[in-house]
Amino acid sequence: MNSPETYSLLQHYWFFIDALLGGILVFLLFVQGGQTFIFTLAKGEAEKTLIVNTLGRKWEFTFTTLVTFGGAFFASFPLFYATSFGGAYWLWYLILFAFVIQAVSYEFRSRPNNFLGKKTFDLFLFINGTFGTLLLGIAVSTFFTGSMFEITPTRGVIWHTPYRGLEALFNVHSLSLGFSVFFLARINALLYFLNSISDDGLSYRSKKSLWPNTIGFLVSFLTFVIWLLVRKGFAINPENGEIFMDQFKYLNNLLQMPIVGGMFIIGVVLVLYGLSRALILNRPFQAIWYTGAGTIITVVALFLTSAFNNTAFYPSEYDLQSSLTIFNSSSSYFTLKTMAYVSALIPFVVAYIVYFWRTMNRKPLTKEELESHENHVY
Amino acid sequence: MLENIDFSLVNWSRAQFALTAMYHWLFVPLTLGLSFILAFMETIYVRTGKPEWKRITKFWMTLFGVNFAIGVATGIILEFEFGTNWSNYSWFVGDIFGTPLAIEGIMAFFMESTFIAIMFFGWNKVSKKTHLAATWLTALGANLSALWILVANGWMQNPVGMWFNPETARNEMNNFWEVLLSPSAVSKWTHTTSSGFVLAALFVIGVSSWFLLKKREVQLAKKSIIIASVFGIVSSVYVIATGDFSAKTVARTQPMKMAAAEGLFVGTERAPLLAFGVLTKCTGDEIFNDNNKFLLRLEVPFKGFLSFMIHGNVNGFVPGINDLVEGNEKYGILSYAEKIERGYHAQQILKQLTSIKDKSSPEYAIFYNQFTSPDFLENYFKYFGYGAYYDSDIEKLQKNILKLIPNIPLTFYAFHVMVGLGFLFLLIFMVFLYLAVRDKLANKRWLYITGIVSIPLAYLASQSGWIVAEVGRQPWVIQDLMPTISAVTKIGSSAVKTTFILFALTFTALLIAELKIMFAQIKKGPSGH
Repeated sequence: MNSPETYSLLQHYWFFIDALLGGILVFLLFVQGGQTFIFTLAKGEAEKTLIVNTLGRKWEFTFTTLVTFGGAFFASFPLFYATSFGGAYWLWYLILFAFVIQAVSYEFRSRPNNFLGKKTFDLFLFINGTFGTLLLGIAVSTFFTGSMFEITPTRGVIWHTPYRGLEALFNVHSLSLGFSVFFLARINALLYFLNSISDDGLSYRSKKSLWPNTIGFLVSFLTFVIWLLVRKGFAINPENGEIFMDQFKYLNNLLQMPIVGGMFIIGVVLVLYGLSRALILNRPFQAIWYTGAGTIITVVALFLTSAFNNTAFYPSEYDLQSSLTIFNSSSSYFTLKTMAYVSALIPFVVAYIVYFWRTMNRKPLTKEELESHENHVY
Repeated sequence: MLENIDFSLVNWSRAQFALTAMYHWLFVPLTLGLSFILAFMETIYVRTGKPEWKRITKFWMTLFGVNFAIGVATGIILEFEFGTNWSNYSWFVGDIFGTPLAIEGIMAFFMESTFIAIMFFGWNKVSKKTHLAATWLTALGANLSALWILVANGWMQNPVGMWFNPETARNEMNNFWEVLLSPSAVSKWTHTTSSGFVLAALFVIGVSSWFLLKKREVQLAKKSIIIASVFGIVSSVYVIATGDFSAKTVARTQPMKMAAAEGLFVGTERAPLLAFGVLTKCTGDEIFNDNNKFLLRLEVPFKGFLSFMIHGNVNGFVPGINDLVEGNEKYGILSYAEKIERGYHAQQILKQLTSIKDKSSPEYAIFYNQFTSPDFLENYFKYFGYGAYYDSDIEKLQKNILKLIPNIPLTFYAFHVMVGLGFLFLLIFMVFLYLAVRDKLANKRWLYITGIVSIPLAYLASQSGWIVAEVGRQPWVIQDLMPTISAVTKIGSSAVKTTFILFALTFTALLIAELKIMFAQIKKGPSGH
């Protein structure tokens, strides 16, 4: 029934679904990570074609997940959608632009008479890979750092900086999450290559490239996590709904919600295990599934830390009481309930994606397959 | 009151939405229709086992891929634009509007992206039948995603299945099925997707005509023409039927759009249908002058045809722009001045209600009960959006009223171009099918040229359809409830101008690339595979 408890449950449920989509999105950013290697990892056109085609068979999943992530947030927390997208205008437009230029680049790059030239489209892929990951990480970091906005009594949004989101680019903590996502995407890409491409030269160089990217990831991720655990968080007073700053809020969230805390640890361990399989045990095959699963679980745990246990997930630094929580920014009970029925489709969708993904990836991609011209080639 | 509105911001935001929507709609219709044509062709291949049909399928599939990519690129902006540029709108109706967008992602986009990968890369990885199923599912996924976004659009044109919650000051959904199955949503989806089928059929016929003109790939061209013209005839009949249904719905829910589209200034019983006309003097105050507004006017020679179309009765009354603006007591039409007055009243009551902090006070209860009473909802809240145009100064109010009328010439011409071409296309399909079945396609230069020219005409008709739907409903983002001026994100207009220019340049560059690639692929033909 329409009791406050069920409403609250639905608000938690939908934030979890959004977090899950976010987690899957970060994993699928391996496509973007792979695109950052387009000018460095491949030696010669044939190898480059191999990389591009390996990624090109999956790019739409990432793209679709991004769009669905946006749509699900819109439907479940419309005030967040209105505030963040309308407020952090420039940050989101840079991200969108980076994805617009990606969508055509695979299809257009090697077609004759393509106007901008292959190099330009490859550059588009590189830009998308670099800025798509970095900026998405920075955008999500504002879930913890807060932004400069105010919500008026009629629910209008006023953004109190002229940079409209770009201010986060100058925040070290935001950058540390941005670079974590960037390097993680690159690591997952290298492991994906090792799994899905059969080519000695590329495999050798992918393995070699793992080390520097792992170090880059560990440095930025540790910076982010340590800062997160010691910083003040945006807490909600359950008595009266007021927002206040609470020391060690996020650390406490992980401790007070053992499931989320456990997920965070398991996620991180899985990523590290996957990496050590590839780096130390020299068994890179299948390592992507450990780091991939670890990525999803860690990201979900981080999202939940930002929102559950009386925490404001989209906080305002400008005016604490304008901060958005899963309670004050969500859709109505009826809408969340209707969409909960729709979400029953998700396992079915995941099942057919996994089934056909496996079917299509049964054999690693080779230069020979691309030369046979039986299938569409990018 | 309107002095506080930054019209430069509103106009640039509208321009940007129009730009991105129209660019997106350049590519989507071909995807919607060509995906089915591919499915028909591959079905024949699987049934007959003839490699010729695989070759034909793969040729069209290449063109499909080029078009699909740019459709995706132009689409992502649209979804996020609701947040970036229409954030007040996103909050006001996100509770209803967000749902179809989320379902679209979960149900349709994943289906499309999973099966399109199999369609393109799975020829030797899955069985013939699985591949065929993937092609069909790609078509289904594409058309399902169109369903959800058009349900959302239909809801904006005719907001149903919801109530206004004064506590949260927003509209909330209370009946999902009403949103999904409202006549506006159904007619939007059926009419829009089938117009995509027509466009794709003309695309296939046009490209095939070019091959015939060049005396290349004659067999491929002939076979493709047969499939496309059959699909085209069925789709054209369907487009006309759903167009008729759509017109009936619009006449009921958006009479101003109907009046503008038909150039009906003064309402009448036994209203005639215009085949075509040339308008003059119909902007601003001129609308209400008694002068003749048509330089040229060609009526369909059947008195009362428009009345018949709308009411199923030649004697039915169809209100004109004058009746809608100035009111018509005989037919129970309120004037815009009255609607503005009532909408303003509703907004004032809401203001008083939200200013009361103590929600358990008897004063709150009084306002709350008043606001939610059926009488208030029917007679005042219904015109909520009109309140934004209120002004106590009569002269200013009169000026504001003019802002509630859409651009008449643009709506009128777009409507007649769309309808006229729709009938012409049916004729073109019939001629092609007749000649193809009789095997008389050879050496008919005039026919090939007609086929080729019909491709740009199809795009013209398709874009005109959107102009009718979107320009004709101005200034409403949500019919009668929220005008564009209340929906925009508060941001400097120079920011929107910058993103407008950025996307105008980007999309134009990508369009040029797409066209060049498309032409090169067609010239190369299937033998290059």
